Amino acid sequence: MEPGPPATIDAGAAVAIRGLSHSFGELEVLAGLELTSPPHTVLGLVGPSGCGKSTLLEILCGLREPSEGTVAVGGEVAAAARLAHCAFMPQRDLLLPWYSALDNAALALRNRGAGRAEARERAGELFGRFGLAGFERARPAQLSGGMRQRVAFLRTLVAGKPVLALDEPFAALDAITRAEMQEWLAGALREDPRTTVLVSHDVEEALYLCDRVTVLSARPGRIVAELRPPAPRAPDRLAAITDPAFVQAREAALRALRKGSR
Amino acid sequence: MRRARRVLLPMLLLAALIGAWQVAAANGAIAEALSLEPFLVPSPAEVGSALWENRGLLWENTWVTLREILLGLAAGVLAGVLLALPMRFSTLLRDAAYPLAVAAQAIPIVAIGPILVVWFGFGIVPKIVIVALAIFFPVLVSTLDGLRSVDPEAVKMMRTLDGSRWAIFRRVEVPTALPSFFSGLKIAAAIAPIVALFAELIGSSSGLGRQIQSDNANLEIPRMFAAVVILMLIGVVLFGLTALAQRLVVRWR
Repeated sequence: MEPGPPATIDAGAAVAIRGLSHSFGELEVLAGLELTSPPHTVLGLVGPSGCGKSTLLEILCGLREPSEGTVAVGGEVAAAARLAHCAFMPQRDLLLPWYSALDNAALALRNRGAGRAEARERAGELFGRFGLAGFERARPAQLSGGMRQRVAFLRTLVAGKPVLALDEPFAALDAITRAEMQEWLAGALREDPRTTVLVSHDVEEALYLCDRVTVLSARPGRIVAELRPPAPRAPDRLAAITDPAFVQAREAALRALRKGSR
Repeated sequence: MRRARRVLLPMLLLAALIGAWQVAAANGAIAEALSLEPFLVPSPAEVGSALWENRGLLWENTWVTLREILLGLAAGVLAGVLLALPMRFSTLLRDAAYPLAVAAQAIPIVAIGPILVVWFGFGIVPKIVIVALAIFFPVLVSTLDGLRSVDPEAVKMMRTLDGSRWAIFRRVEVPTALPSFFSGLKIAAAIAPIVALFAELIGSSSGLGRQIQSDNANLEIPRMFAAVVILMLIGVVLFGLTALAQRLVVRWR
């Protein structure tokens, strides 16, 4: 019997990607990616539209198998194990309109068989901390865009998974709300550090929120630059993003993006 | 205000139409214009008194027809939903069965009605079968379309939140399908009384359809119209009840 691929790789890393390529039929979307992220750090992926960022997140979360290469979350390679380790926050909030904010936040607990009262109680404990107190019974349609996004993030956190996969979580918001939400997410991650993979096409957002930012080229996505932002998740966002070191990092990222999209 | 308007305006229009008919029928204008004997054109008042005088007979026949409609609806909706569910889970079954369902829908019920009466007798069974045959298709199609309109991103989201196939079905697919299902149910509720009436015309010993047939033959015109009015009311009430059920169940819209 031929030996199969190893069941675990890079056991120390929270996320490890080795030689990953992916194609949809003839269309190659990701080419030869190598990425590692230690526990409790935030990894950013930026790239032009259509560079396979979302596909990469889907593969990471075990929703897809890559055409080539291995992906490990918490050291485990199997898709089912990755699915068990990752909580995915999609681009659109995808709150279920037939449930209240509270029941949306409690979805993962209900899915695991918790009773309604217990699930509501456990999810409800976090509402105050997320500035959602008093909105437990509101339907998604009654909430503002920023609040909906916070409920969606809460739903991801309540799942209690070690890795958060955020797919352009604030792309649908207006600029002011987006800035507020970035500041808010920075605070949430300072308080409760989680291994996070954040996909974004907004360089500033990635540089502000992440410990490390990987810039991908246009399709097929490959790594064109790796950057270390100067002050990840600083409490004063405005001061952080106008700091000369930040501006310099931003310029470097934008140059890499431009080079990569040619 | 808007609500009152939406109830009041059709009531006023209806009253005006009935009033106009009353005047035109009572002074013989309609009968004269059509060169008919006046007794062939009853006024609303005559229909009303026929409704009251024959209330025993009408009630008996209404009950018969109502049972056919309700049981036929129940059977058809059950068949439609029970077919839609496995067709959602198995593309193999859907590819195999969907064309057959379309073909079944194309069977002219007018043509096979008589043979169904021969098979199942003059009782209630052929009526239930005919009503169910007529309505299972809109229910099947609307339910299946509703189930298939599920957002694939929502399914992915549920999978990363440890949602089993059953949890996804119950918490995402069923609520997504409900508005569409109710659209199908409304169509079913609107056509069921007409189909039940038709089923009685093919062969039956009681029911509003049977009564309309014999009243026509015996020139009992006011009583015939009384039966028609009852059928209309059944149709309106059934449609209203399904619309109400939709509003109670699909509250998020």
